[in-house]
Amino acid sequence: MRDRHLFKTRLRRTVLFTALSVGALVMLFPFAWTVITSISPGSGLGTPDLIPEEPGFDAYRTLMDTLPFWRIMVNSIWIAVASTLLQLITSSMAAYAFARLQFPGRNALFVVYLATLMVPMQVLVVPLFIQMRTLNLVDTYAALIAPSIASAFGVFLLRQAVAQVPKELDEAAIIDGAGHLRIFTLVVLPLIRPALATFAILAFMSSWNSFLWPLVIIRSPEFMTLPLGLSTLHGQFTTAWDVVMAGSVVSIIPIAVLYLAAQKYVIQGVARSGLK
Amino acid sequence: MSAPTTEAERIHTAAAGPPRRRRTRLRKAGVVVLFLAPSFVPLAMFTLAPMIGSLWVALHDWNLISPMRWVGADNFRELATDSNTWRAFGNTLYYIAGYLPLVFAGGLTAALALNTALRGRNVFRAAFFLPVVTSWVVVALVWKWLLNPSNGVVNHMLGLIGIDGPGWWTDPTWAMPSVILASAWKDVGFVMVILLAGLQAIPAEYYDAARVDGASAWQRFRHVTLPLLSPSSFFVVVISMINGFQVFDQVFVMTGGGPAGSTEVVVQQIYDLTFRYGRAGDASALSWLLFAVILVVTVIQVRIQRRWVTYA
Repeated sequence: MRDRHLFKTRLRRTVLFTALSVGALVMLFPFAWTVITSISPGSGLGTPDLIPEEPGFDAYRTLMDTLPFWRIMVNSIWIAVASTLLQLITSSMAAYAFARLQFPGRNALFVVYLATLMVPMQVLVVPLFIQMRTLNLVDTYAALIAPSIASAFGVFLLRQAVAQVPKELDEAAIIDGAGHLRIFTLVVLPLIRPALATFAILAFMSSWNSFLWPLVIIRSPEFMTLPLGLSTLHGQFTTAWDVVMAGSVVSIIPIAVLYLAAQKYVIQGVARSGLK
Repeated sequence: MSAPTTEAERIHTAAAGPPRRRRTRLRKAGVVVLFLAPSFVPLAMFTLAPMIGSLWVALHDWNLISPMRWVGADNFRELATDSNTWRAFGNTLYYIAGYLPLVFAGGLTAALALNTALRGRNVFRAAFFLPVVTSWVVVALVWKWLLNPSNGVVNHMLGLIGIDGPGWWTDPTWAMPSVILASAWKDVGFVMVILLAGLQAIPAEYYDAARVDGASAWQRFRHVTLPLLSPSSFFVVVISMINGFQVFDQVFVMTGGGPAGSTEVVVQQIYDLTFRYGRAGDASALSWLLFAVILVVTVIQVRIQRRWVTYA
């Protein structure tokens, strides 16, 4: 009886483990194939071998000759970092105002913030483009960053966190003579660190991966971000898949490294943002 | 505050009365402005103003260069009678109809499997989630290569077992399934994580109680897991639906809307109208139409959630 039970659990475990392994293989194989293709010279003419016979890095050399790839990588990094930092600052301040300050029209203003949350980027693309053209900002960093200085989503997410900080802590600080700026920086911010981390990760990911806006506003290679650079590269090398895959490998590496380093927080952050 | 009791206090309050109150009120307003301006000014400039601008453009005939010409609701009327609009919405619905069941079934299976105490759980989670952090452009390019009709690895492997693979994204019949496949592969990890969080929030006592009552594994799944997972499922369905209506990056890279318009989704249409045909007015009208559809669908979903979502 006990033996049969044990056998059944063990069998179930094995089946589960096998199924998951197959699933993981499906998830990881495209990444592996990307790497394999990138080191198989002349891919596109034939299907590369699973283990390349004469692996080479020609594709990477072509890539670097065609596009200012380092520049594009640095652009992507600094734009993602800048917009993440800006959004953290602007959103946390607004979150504090909505959670802690009393002022007339507070609820109405919050509804305005929420409304902007529901407007898809596609609706804004045409007038934003015209706005940037009028301001003479087409093809500049300023235009790339402008729409992501503030985030209504961030305000919403962080307001919940600020609301959970006990008010008694503020009051104690007020008795000690602190103003709102000091309560905000010294009491509230340290206590909402988990929410800040979650939001930072989501903001970074969305900036790093954004495509439609850069596609519309950027023309010159020196202002391109990775997704845009890659799509241009694909336009130039329609059949040289080794070069296109080399570009993909180079652009996956930074985000993959970041993800593996912060895996626990990334997954937690996404899970947490989905529960609210 | 209590009323001033001593003479000295009364004099002090009276003397400092109106001007000081005004000054504190000013200072209070200053604090509010200080905290809100950093987010409100950019939002007003780069979200609110373009929102209004977009509605304004939608009411005009405009090619981005010559002066705008007021046409009122004509653009909307024109869109309603244009077969391209219907095709774009039809293709978008086709995308959602294929993508949503696939990504949900995959995510749920993975979440259930990973919710058991299992060796290497974190490795599996990492593997399933890696595509989520990868950009759409990379995913679309990689899948375009995997599904390359002549020398992609998928058709190569199908060939090994004697199947003649289709033209995938070059074939109007298979182009949309190709896009759906790539999209589901990318997002399955996202769904898994949301559902996993939902599963882990279910108290173990519920399962213990069901077991005591003699419920089988299937009955426990049917009567405990499914209802208690419904809030997370609802979230996943709503978000996936909204994202589905806004599908663009993968279509733009994999097919550009082709072949023969078979993957021309709404956002691709908005992009083409603006930047290929210079019809900014029509594009803005279509954007608002899309926004309206998303809003209506989301409201309907929130309405009918009562019928199937159980909050513990």
